[in-house]
Amino acid sequence: MKLCITSQGDNLESQIDTRFGRCQYFIIADSETLEFEAVKNPNIDGMGGVGIQSGQLMSEKEVKVVLTGNVGPNAFQTLQAAKVDIITGISGTVKEVIEKYKTGELKPVEKPSVDSNFGKK
Amino acid sequence: MTPRLFDSKTLLLTMIISIASGKGGTGKTTVATNLAFAIGKAHILDCDVEEPNSHIFIKPEITSKSPVYIPVPEIDKSKCDFCGKCAEVCAYKAIAVLKTDVLVFKELCHGCGACEYFCQKKAIKEVNRTIGYIETGEKGDLLFTGGKLNIGEAMAAPLIKEVKNRVKLQMTNIIDAPPGTSCSMIEAVTASDFCVLVTEPTPFGLNDMILSVEVLRKLHIPFGVIINRSDLGDDKTVTYCEKENIPIIMKIPFDKNIAMAYSQGKSIIEALPEYKQKFIALYEDLKERIE
Repeated sequence: MKLCITSQGDNLESQIDTRFGRCQYFIIADSETLEFEAVKNPNIDGMGGVGIQSGQLMSEKEVKVVLTGNVGPNAFQTLQAAKVDIITGISGTVKEVIEKYKTGELKPVEKPSVDSNFGKK
Repeated sequence: MTPRLFDSKTLLLTMIISIASGKGGTGKTTVATNLAFAIGKAHILDCDVEEPNSHIFIKPEITSKSPVYIPVPEIDKSKCDFCGKCAEVCAYKAIAVLKTDVLVFKELCHGCGACEYFCQKKAIKEVNRTIGYIETGEKGDLLFTGGKLNIGEAMAAPLIKEVKNRVKLQMTNIIDAPPGTSCSMIEAVTASDFCVLVTEPTPFGLNDMILSVEVLRKLHIPFGVIINRSDLGDDKTVTYCEKENIPIIMKIPFDKNIAMAYSQGKSIIEALPEYKQKFIALYEDLKERIE
């Protein structure tokens, strides 16, 4: 399964970043092999609409599940349209999150966890 | 050069005076409406479209009400090949192009038309989205135009632009600008012959006035300062204006009667008739500065 974990650093030992649209890195990893690609977030300093752009990036990268701290309404709508599952409220390192995901205890959310512009504050 | 809406010599009688302030609640509407009443024959344009209140004091009889739109993209998915160009050129990130879908976030769209222009497949057409409306009316010899932004709407500047398109030729136009120094304020004061900055002599009043001064200097709009409640607070505003060579064109001391009149929707001139002469003098002073 192709996962994307929002991260503060560029490897599996990095702490996760609780923001989706404005995270430092997107770690795009295969949950079975742990092969991964670290994508530096190109939208981090955007004025607005970063959740939408980051959502579009997930679609381009053919990610199936996004694991992050919080997701706003526009990012949520974009990810939903792209048929990407969204799991919020994660913590720890990227690797820990992947392990936890594999146990099956993390469930996708049905609605955004924060309001627009949350990650800007 | 100040960008002028009209530059023909035959239009010299057209005057645009904007009333702005960095800090809110300093007395923009009070100055704008009293200046209009003192002049008698003038056109007041309420460009504070998020919180319009000039009409409370002018009490115009509204004769027309028309909606204001901005164009937003509508995507014909049968023509779209999901190339992503529209999302790429969108300066406000209002479009997401997915593998087999395109999402338009209308509330983020500024209506620039770039997406339609760059679409190779002609899959985008622009449709109107209502952002608010404009009311026009009269009160005696005073003409009134006011914009009202729809609740929840963030796109104030296009509505302000529409209000300003109603500037009357060969007449004095008084623009009641929104507070602050954001896009809305800049849209409202642009093309003014003169901008009156209303402030109060407090640390907040001064701090926010300095921000407005910086904006007006960038826009090359001549300006002066009115200090409201001028006998309260401190003298730092006066010191700043002197140092920066900014004319203080009026001082309005604190007066409970002014506050009471305001709370009842009355003009200062109505409550304290001696102010009529003061606002006429202000108008004469502004005319001289503009000429």
